[in-house]
Amino acid sequence: MFRVSVLQTTDVIPSKEKSRCGRVGGVSRSEKMVKQESESANRPDNTAFTQQRLPAWQPILSAGIVIPGFVLIGLAFIGIGVALLVTSRSIQVLELDYTGDGNGSPCSSCSQSTTVNCKCSLNFTLDTLFQGPVFFYYGLSNYFQNYRRYGASKDDNQLYGDLSYFTSPSSSCSPYDYDGSKNPIVPCGSIANSMFNDTFTLTRTVSGKTDSVPLDGKGIAWWTDYNVKYRNPSVTPLKNAFNGTVKPIDWAKPAYELDTSDASNNGFVNQDFLVWMRRAALPNFRKLYRRIDASGDYQNGLPAGNYTIDITYNYPVRVFNGAKKVVFSNVSWMGGKNEFLGIAYLVIGSLCVVMSVVMLIVYAKFKFPDEE
Amino acid sequence: MARHSEEDAGMAKAPPAARQRKKKPKENKTRTVHANILHDCAKGEENPNRHYANNKIKTTKYTVLSFLPKNLFEQFHRFANVYFVFIALLNFVPVVNAFQPELALAPVVFILSVTAIKDLWEDYRRHRSDKEINHMDCLVYSRAERRYVEKYWKEVRVGDFIRLRCNELLPADVLLLSSSDPDRLCHIETATLDGETNLKQRQVVRSFYDLDCEFDPLKYNSIIECEKPNNDLNRFRGYIIHRSGRRDALYKENLLLRGCTIRNTEEAVGIVIYAGHETKAMLNNNGPRYKRSKLERQMNVDVFWCVIILLVMCLFAAVGHGLWMFQYGDNRPVFDVLSPEGTNLSPIMSAIYLFLTMIIVFQVLIPISLFVSIEIVKICQVYFIHQDMDLYDEETDSHLQCRALNITEDLGQMQYIFSDKTGTLTENKMVFRRCTVAGVEYSHDANARRLAMYQEMDSEEEECMSHGGTLPRRDSVTSHQSARVVLRSQSTKSHRRTGSRAEAKRASILSKHTAFSSPMEKDITPDPKLLDKVNDCSSQMDFMRFHSQPMSQLPSDLSDIIDFFIALTICNTVVVSSPNQPRHKVTLTCSGQKHQFGQTSVRSKRDHLWTGLHNDVLPQLHSRLPGCSSLLSSPSAESTLTKLHEEQPSGGLEQVFSPIPPSYDGKASWNLEEGELRYEAESPDEAALVYAARAYKCSLVGRLPDQVIVELPHLGKLSFELLHTLGFDSTRKRMSVVVRHPLTDQITVYTKGADSVIMDLIKPPDTARKFHLCLFLSFSKKIVCRTQHYLNLYAADGLRTLCIAKKILSKEEYACWLQRHLAAETAIQGREELLFESALRLETNLHLLGATGIEDRLQDGVPETIASLRKAGLQIWVLTGDKQETAVNIAYACKLLDPEEELLTLNEACALLLEESLHYIQSTPFLVHRLGLVIDGRTLAYALDKSLEDKFLAVARSCRSVLCCRSTPLQKSMVVKLVRNKLKVMTLAIGDGANDVSMIQVADVGVGISGQEGMQAVMASDFALPRFRYLQKLLLVHGHWCYSRLANMILYFFYKNAMFVALIFWYQFYCGFSGSAMIDQWYLIFFNLMFSAFPQLITGTLDKDVSAETLQQLPQLYVNGQNSEEYKPYMFWMNMIDAFYQSLVCFFIPYFAYADSDVDLFTWGTPITTLALFTILLHLGTETKTWTWMNWMSIAFSIALFFTVALCYNASCPACYSPSNPYWTMQRLLQEPLFYLLCFITPIAALLPRFFYRACQGTLFPSPVQLGRQLDKLPADIRRNILSLSRVKVGSPLCPKLPFLSLAKLWSWLDAHFLLVAGSGNIEVCF
Repeated sequence: MFRVSVLQTTDVIPSKEKSRCGRVGGVSRSEKMVKQESESANRPDNTAFTQQRLPAWQPILSAGIVIPGFVLIGLAFIGIGVALLVTSRSIQVLELDYTGDGNGSPCSSCSQSTTVNCKCSLNFTLDTLFQGPVFFYYGLSNYFQNYRRYGASKDDNQLYGDLSYFTSPSSSCSPYDYDGSKNPIVPCGSIANSMFNDTFTLTRTVSGKTDSVPLDGKGIAWWTDYNVKYRNPSVTPLKNAFNGTVKPIDWAKPAYELDTSDASNNGFVNQDFLVWMRRAALPNFRKLYRRIDASGDYQNGLPAGNYTIDITYNYPVRVFNGAKKVVFSNVSWMGGKNEFLGIAYLVIGSLCVVMSVVMLIVYAKFKFPDEE
Repeated sequence: MARHSEEDAGMAKAPPAARQRKKKPKENKTRTVHANILHDCAKGEENPNRHYANNKIKTTKYTVLSFLPKNLFEQFHRFANVYFVFIALLNFVPVVNAFQPELALAPVVFILSVTAIKDLWEDYRRHRSDKEINHMDCLVYSRAERRYVEKYWKEVRVGDFIRLRCNELLPADVLLLSSSDPDRLCHIETATLDGETNLKQRQVVRSFYDLDCEFDPLKYNSIIECEKPNNDLNRFRGYIIHRSGRRDALYKENLLLRGCTIRNTEEAVGIVIYAGHETKAMLNNNGPRYKRSKLERQMNVDVFWCVIILLVMCLFAAVGHGLWMFQYGDNRPVFDVLSPEGTNLSPIMSAIYLFLTMIIVFQVLIPISLFVSIEIVKICQVYFIHQDMDLYDEETDSHLQCRALNITEDLGQMQYIFSDKTGTLTENKMVFRRCTVAGVEYSHDANARRLAMYQEMDSEEEECMSHGGTLPRRDSVTSHQSARVVLRSQSTKSHRRTGSRAEAKRASILSKHTAFSSPMEKDITPDPKLLDKVNDCSSQMDFMRFHSQPMSQLPSDLSDIIDFFIALTICNTVVVSSPNQPRHKVTLTCSGQKHQFGQTSVRSKRDHLWTGLHNDVLPQLHSRLPGCSSLLSSPSAESTLTKLHEEQPSGGLEQVFSPIPPSYDGKASWNLEEGELRYEAESPDEAALVYAARAYKCSLVGRLPDQVIVELPHLGKLSFELLHTLGFDSTRKRMSVVVRHPLTDQITVYTKGADSVIMDLIKPPDTARKFHLCLFLSFSKKIVCRTQHYLNLYAADGLRTLCIAKKILSKEEYACWLQRHLAAETAIQGREELLFESALRLETNLHLLGATGIEDRLQDGVPETIASLRKAGLQIWVLTGDKQETAVNIAYACKLLDPEEELLTLNEACALLLEESLHYIQSTPFLVHRLGLVIDGRTLAYALDKSLEDKFLAVARSCRSVLCCRSTPLQKSMVVKLVRNKLKVMTLAIGDGANDVSMIQVADVGVGISGQEGMQAVMASDFALPRFRYLQKLLLVHGHWCYSRLANMILYFFYKNAMFVALIFWYQFYCGFSGSAMIDQWYLIFFNLMFSAFPQLITGTLDKDVSAETLQQLPQLYVNGQNSEEYKPYMFWMNMIDAFYQSLVCFFIPYFAYADSDVDLFTWGTPITTLALFTILLHLGTETKTWTWMNWMSIAFSIALFFTVALCYNASCPACYSPSNPYWTMQRLLQEPLFYLLCFITPIAALLPRFFYRACQGTLFPSPVQLGRQLDKLPADIRRNILSLSRVKVGSPLCPKLPFLSLAKLWSWLDAHFLLVAGSGNIEVCF
């Protein structure tokens, strides 16, 4: 890309002791040296740095260097792009919307009603094996978890298990810090309050027999969130720590009862809570709900068959024209399915090649200019 | 002519320290100083001097307490600082805050504290030096102890008596009351004040003159009235009132200024008049000048545009947010946050709050660090300019000084240069060349030959050096080429009139301290004809003296000759010193003779002054001497005479011939051979004339305040009683001395001055001496006529001409004049004007003696410098006070004017002429580049008139060179101002003398030459150069570099900030315009300050687009800066567009890559930050032309710093840093392949267009600078060939073997440029 050559400082640095013609030099060399020592107090340092003569690499963008460079980069990018595209193509993704917009959709009744724990179910069929490990996500769209004031509406110290913040939550949680009767809300803030509360169970129907697919909810949140960033107060039982506080307004259960099946999955270190608290970057996002437990029939993922997702429909999204979906996906070394990056590499790579061709034409025209 | 002008050299007026003024009960026009010892017991209240400042100096700006408020107050004068503090404070408002409030304060606190620490350090240094100065010792008289006691400087008060010893520094401005010197003189060296190295004599106040015993402070009981403290070094007015009621005038000659050094005088006593901050030295002490460069003005416009862009972006976001809120209506989504009161914010209120939030979020767009970075880069640039070996003058051991720190880049944008001539283009080392006496010309051919020889020696020497230095490099070149190169260099050598460099160096080895004393100037070969006449004349005079005949019987032409040389010898202010101890004057005192002569004469003079004019003692002295020259029986026996003369110093005849035998100062025992004497003059031409006279054996032996001792052939040492010296000034353009001639006892005025004024003052023939009327009438006329003729010849030769005239006053005339003169001298108000008028009264009806021609040699390398500056597209105007012929000739010599050019001379003050010449120019468009304009002062005054200035400019613009002669300092500055304001161009004024100060101050860049004329020009300048030719490298290389570096850095800064801010702007579309940022607040705030700061500083300081050699060899590249090609308004917008494009790439590649994933805000935002950093650094990389190890290091450091900070930050304190929660983000990202894939593609995609454009541009339509860069890459020998060939017209087509295809372009470009330059035939080129 660049033409590499170290600039030689061609100049012979003018010697201080220039040899003079004998006729003139009445002063001997040594005398002169002494004189220079004493008289040249202001003489600047003659170093490459002060004289701005540091050896330097001077790249010049000329066609002869740029064309091969572009071709090389272009080819490399095309190679990477192909590899990425192939990898991405091998990833399976299954998305099922259950917002219940249209009348035909299974959850339309739930989406209309305001009943708590409204039930509905989705059916889908897999023709082939869904290669494991399979991740089970829920997705929301048009949902602005990145809204600035929403993002600030939490109390990190409270979530760190600091009891003093239980009784007096940070003002950043306001107006979700105290309820109407001035009881502190724990966990406070809008993020916690708006926690996603639909639940899903997955069953497989094999030859008329219904079989519940095992879902693994452990370790779906970041390890650091579970172990470092969020902590329950070291009070046993956990319930006591929440004395004098109220649950968030929109919650059905207090924080210490989030998971009745697993005592260690309660309070602030509940996996679903942690996943929710990690705010999504963009308004259309998915969050990990469960992993398919790779055991028994599901060793290699989801085998072909008919599946049903039973949904406890609670979370309202119609108000803001949102949508809800469930997503099954497996991953590769580069993450989830994403063809964009492969295409981008291909495009940029081809652009480089095209540019080098353009420059070649230019070069050819230039090298043999019309006779003037 | 002495060019040290008395005028107030435009020193910027520093208001005297105001705090002392406040205490004053009433504002008097004068200051009254009483002696402190009279009021010793009356401490405090009663002391009449209590209101005056004491000698304690305090140059510090702050005290411990006042530092913080005062410094902050000063920093808030910069608008940007106020703006950033406002934004930081805005962040404390909960409704609008975007970041952690404390964190938002960080950058502005950082910037403020860096500046504050710098100020504090500077102030501390000032404090230390103040303390050191305040605690220096001096001797102050104490009444209690009745002796002088040691005190600190700071304890000295106005009215104290202080005793000064040799080589001591003066602690305050002191009125000299007593001196150990028998002549009541005190010598001081003023180098620290004005840079002039010659000794100055100061005189004891007249009334204390004749104290034989030591001065006793206890007996002092006079009161001094003088003017208020002011900063004029050359003026002091006042009078001293004795108890008797007698008033004596005080002059600047009585005042010793603070900071000077006592020399040559064992002891002096004086009374403090001004102390501390009221001393003239302190009042002259101004800080560095502050100017705003053109580039910065341009930049400020774009900063303004940035503000507009910022507001537009904020407004857009605010409206967007309002609409976003509006669409939800009353159905608030779950993620909406109610207001703290629990109610819904209306969309409009939200939008308003958001607008303020966005200003905080987007604040980075206004680059807070830009101003700091520019300052840092400029300091580095100044450092490099200081350090340049090529701008270092070995002879004077001085290098270039940048006195204005913030206009370095202006050097690269100059369009007009206004230059002084004398001392700037020329050496200002005057060499006597020829003279005319009484209408007869003495051509001094031998002298001319001698000078030519010096030149030859130099050029040979340099040839020798150049062979040694450059031949090895040419080894690779074919012999044919090398021969040509050598031939060329020889031909340029022969063109030079200068080459005095080596000679000057030799001189400097011989004597470093004494100015104007190179052998070239001293050893003048006399013209044999004139020497004969001088000998003849003086022997006749001697004969006449011996026979007591009146001198007036001497034939007038002979008397003119001797008078001519006497005038050369005494009509000046030259001080005589000895070379062995150059700081000691030659003293002719103390021995037995002194009582007879010295004392009496001194005393008698004063007596005369006061009692009237009576007969003098001198003739008596002469007559007392016995008839001694019986040996000289035959006056015409010249050989005998000469021999005798030579024997004088050793023989016993000495007593006979000289009234005052030389006797020696007790300490030193050097001999007084005339060859050993050194002359220290205030201006070099004075010295040149004295040396010239000495070549004719008329030598100046000593100078005392009231006598000048001259040694004449045959006549021996004669003492001329010096009655008055009417110093040189630029309006009168002449100086005069009034002496009493020892031989004729006549009061004689010798005047020396510019021919134009002297010729007008010559006595009309009809009033000539009556007794020779018939004979004289025609003769005198003829002399004037002939002299004028020769003067014209001299001027045509480029010599400086001076006329010498004399006048004999009758006693009555003198008495009459003296009376009024004395009145003028003692006046306090308007003394200058009165003295001026008095001088005018005296200098009339002169008798012309002759004229001299002095050569002022061109400085080394001036023609080459001018040629290359002109090639660089600079218009060079020469503004000089010299006469037209001289100026024109110098202009030809330094290639400013070309013999092929048509010269347009405007010497008539009339509008018609201008119109005619304008018409002439317009009618003949072919001539446009072949015109030179010469205009003289009178016409210039006319042309500068409001109604005509446009026409004048129109004429001047179409001329290739402009020469203004006979212009006054004011006119010089008016011309510069006119060109600057009317043509809207960048102007540079260069000069060396006080007369250039106003012009230097008016120009955009003022350059002072620290030469022979003192330091006034340097003090007023922005840059001070040791020699004119350094201007070439300063402008072409450093100017170009500074400009292109800074311009590129500023553009880059705008780009960088816009690119970074735009990332957040795009995000607003995906977060409901809520002011949310995916870039963590830390990165956002420290990005500019830390992560991306160093590489751009390194590039801004070190980048060289073209090498120094090429820049100097191809001056055409300078046009780049003149046309502001590195930074044009459209470039700002191009950069903005590029920034927006790049940010789009950096935003949307991660956007799509992470679309529909479970990525969280900061896991997505951190890669974007990283990508932006990479892109920004890589962008800098494509813009960096030279990569030194420092560039690599800085980029590596930046990246390392970013990752280190990110990793540390993301690993620390999981619960802090609300509202962001970046814990462990970077650590996780580094494990993801996707992150690396993004890092790979995004910067390349972002930079592809720019890179492609640069690559195409470099090949297809390279700019001259790019061509220069390509030239740099060529092997040295090919490059040299191209450059040497480029100087002549090249007609042949190129050889196809050129290593770079784009060279063909370079070639055609060079061709196009040089077609104009040379006119020689085609030269076949082949490599």
